[in-house]
Amino acid sequence: MITLKINGSPRQFDGDPEMPLLWYLRDVVGLTGSKFGCGMGLCGACTVHQDGVAIRSCVTPVRGVVGKEVTTIEGLSNDSHPLQKAWEALNVPQCGYCQVGQIMQAASLLKQTPKPTDKDIDDAMTGNICRCGTYQRIRAAIHLAAKEKA
Amino acid sequence: MKTIDNSSRRSFLRQAFGAGALVLGARVLPTRALAALETAVFSPNVFVGIKSDGTVLIVAHRSEMGTSSRTMVPLILADEMEADWKRVKIEQAIGDEKYGDQNTDGSHSVRSFFSVMQECGASARSMLEQAAANQWSVPVSQCKATLHQVVHSPSGKKLGYGELAAAAAKLPVPDKSKLIFKKKSEYRYIGKDLPVYDLSDITHGKAVFGMDAKVDGMVYASVEHSPVLGGKLLSFDDKEALQVPGVSRTVEIPAFKPPHAFQALGGVAVIADNTWSAFQGRKKLKVSWDPGPNASYTSSEYKQQLQATARKPGKVVRNVGDVDKGFAAATKILEADYYVPHLAHAAMEPVVAVADFRDGKCTLWAPTQNPQAVQDTVAAAVGIDKKNVICNVTLLGGGFGRKSKPDYCAEAAILSKQLGKPVKVVWTREDDIHFDYYHSVAALYMKAGLDQSGKPVAWLQRSVFPSINSTFALDVKSGSAGELGMGFTDTPYALPNHRAENGEAVNHVRIGWLRSVANIYHAFAVCSFADELAHAAGRDPKDYLLDLIGPPRLVDLKAQGVDYPNMGPIEQYPVDTARLRKVVELVAEKSGWGKRRLPKGHALGIAAHRSFLSYIATVVEVAVSPAGKISIPRVDMAVDAGMIVSPDRVRSQFEGAAVFGASLALMGEITATAGKIDQSNFNNYPVVRMNEAPLETRVYIVESDAPPAGVGEPGVPPFAPALCNAIFAATGKRIRELPLSRQKLV
Ligand code: FES
Ligand code: FES
Repeated sequence: MITLKINGSPRQFDGDPEMPLLWYLRDVVGLTGSKFGCGMGLCGACTVHQDGVAIRSCVTPVRGVVGKEVTTIEGLSNDSHPLQKAWEALNVPQCGYCQVGQIMQAASLLKQTPKPTDKDIDDAMTGNICRCGTYQRIRAAIHLAAKEKA
Repeated sequence: MKTIDNSSRRSFLRQAFGAGALVLGARVLPTRALAALETAVFSPNVFVGIKSDGTVLIVAHRSEMGTSSRTMVPLILADEMEADWKRVKIEQAIGDEKYGDQNTDGSHSVRSFFSVMQECGASARSMLEQAAANQWSVPVSQCKATLHQVVHSPSGKKLGYGELAAAAAKLPVPDKSKLIFKKKSEYRYIGKDLPVYDLSDITHGKAVFGMDAKVDGMVYASVEHSPVLGGKLLSFDDKEALQVPGVSRTVEIPAFKPPHAFQALGGVAVIADNTWSAFQGRKKLKVSWDPGPNASYTSSEYKQQLQATARKPGKVVRNVGDVDKGFAAATKILEADYYVPHLAHAAMEPVVAVADFRDGKCTLWAPTQNPQAVQDTVAAAVGIDKKNVICNVTLLGGGFGRKSKPDYCAEAAILSKQLGKPVKVVWTREDDIHFDYYHSVAALYMKAGLDQSGKPVAWLQRSVFPSINSTFALDVKSGSAGELGMGFTDTPYALPNHRAENGEAVNHVRIGWLRSVANIYHAFAVCSFADELAHAAGRDPKDYLLDLIGPPRLVDLKAQGVDYPNMGPIEQYPVDTARLRKVVELVAEKSGWGKRRLPKGHALGIAAHRSFLSYIATVVEVAVSPAGKISIPRVDMAVDAGMIVSPDRVRSQFEGAAVFGASLALMGEITATAGKIDQSNFNNYPVVRMNEAPLETRVYIVESDAPPAGVGEPGVPPFAPALCNAIFAATGKRIRELPLSRQKLV
């Protein structure tokens, strides 16, 4: 039995501690905001925060987050994070499947770099694939959120 | 052919809309679905209802995969009806032929349903006005529906839609010929930029995709398929798999019977109580296969065969003048071989489906572009009647054509029937790439003869590719008229002598539609070759292209004996060179063609292509570093897609098309070795990431009253040739094979 902290709430888990956090969140807890895209840390669809920093939940076993704060999109904000507002203002999503991971990654970036340059954005966001091709708007939305926040 | 029918008796609508609701339906028979529906018994179809609290329910019968159909098709109805969008609730339709075509493919949601939605909206509006007139005992001409209420102009009296719904439901549905439509200037939503219906759910992680579907008592399945198409299962050992915690059992799925069509591939499924356990169990399976005849398929050899075929005469599919005479008279001859490999769709959401088979019925929850095909496929797979297949359509995490093919739904249904409980089949990314319906590989041969002045006096083009028809029939070797009509038999150039030929090719993998389909390789060859000719003639590529397109005219392909399906009625959607010229001129002007000062190593390339009845011209700015690294600082696209519902969503589709086009041009390649696909995940089937994507894509939409045309796909085809033409301008190196990652630029 291990104890995890997801979006501020403690949770007990007696399953296989090697299970990736992504599948624990999705299939066991029922938090399906984080998505499965590749299972190899290559696409970013599964991005969540561990103590406020973006990680790929598909390659992080649950035992690895014991004693840490895990935040998913469901716990990112009470209402709307500035990034979610910016995303909506600029109509970023197409299919939307990658967007949770994009927002979680961007939230981690803004926490560390409140005023990111294009280069900072490239460096932070390159691990997040959007097959629909919304990159231009993602970039603009990150800049917008950074501006609004300041 | 469309008629309107009163259909308030439909029981499922009573459920959805509640008693006393005004329900309108339309019989829909878009041309595309005609053949399929001719023999069908038509039940009235329903698209709109009003609840007594005034909520307007509109049925979205198209699938949402990022193109915004689920919002924009209902929005047309809401606008015509004068509904307040804030009080509209969208209901996603299950698969049902009563809605007409639901295959969200071929960029035709708005095109095929614009007028249907308008008719439904106008009927509702006019019945509500009539109901109010009756209640007030005034002439209906004094009653006007305005934003969710009917107003009596002389007195200023008002009644809300909710208050009028019950009375309106008792009125006869007006004849279509009596309907009065809003003028364009009266549109409230069309032409404006409304956000998509699911926007906030998406940004908050609440939107439900196929991957998120869950039903009580559901188990999870991961399926091991034959690595080679058509391989036979010899034996399997599941001892170790069954020891994985969470794994309950394994199930054999019988192999498909050729032709494979949309059938389940067959294989061994590992069943578990969560996705990860199913994946883990599957890794422990020991399966042996007889790979069968497709083990002969190796891409490097196949490529040579295709190219050899393209070098030989093929079946003539278009012939104008006499190319041989033209070549004899030419002063300069150019020849070029082009090649585009297989591509995988690689939508961000791998294919996935939930099926629940019980009491002779099968209910599915699936991210599908084509819920009626799910019905047909599942019905055949589990031996029930199609009407007992209920297909709920979730949001799709991308589709690009892959999710029109419901083999994965059949897998879930077969397993659920066998296990007697709901089953969720989840494909890994590796499955998604290994067992795709690939975009076809193609080889093209181009030959042109120029006269003294550089004008083309003869143009021969040959296209060789395994056909999508091989999915549905055995021994298919030739391209279909549909595939050839995608940028090959409809080349809109003014050429005195022109011949197009198609050579034979045998298929060894599953082939299917991928965003813009055969236009990809045809536009790549034709638009690149146009640029080659311009340079050979020593002329500006944009000016040369305009000369090639020639004077404004309607190209009469039928008169040239071409079997050309077009994608809509040719009278409504002719091949109009004036429109193609216009987008070329527009994009040249906006991109600063010939005028913009560019940094060293940067250059522009241009390409223009008509597909899905839309006219697109693209200018790509490329930057090639001294080390030969490519980046794309800017893309300009001019778009004439006829009438537009949402300019912002059109722009987003073209921004996306630039990225999709960049992926296929820069790095997209699926290959096979001994019948097995070599790629497996984003490490070896990369797609464009943020740092590789065009930094900025600017989209210019031509104002048009022409009938609505395609938007989701037509941005893709001109991208690769525009990029490669830019690379030629920057480096002098002509790219005739994709992807660019295989080419050395310095
Ligand atoms: S699913 Fe985790 S990075 Fe792709
Ligand atoms: S919006 Fe579809 S993958 Fe990003």
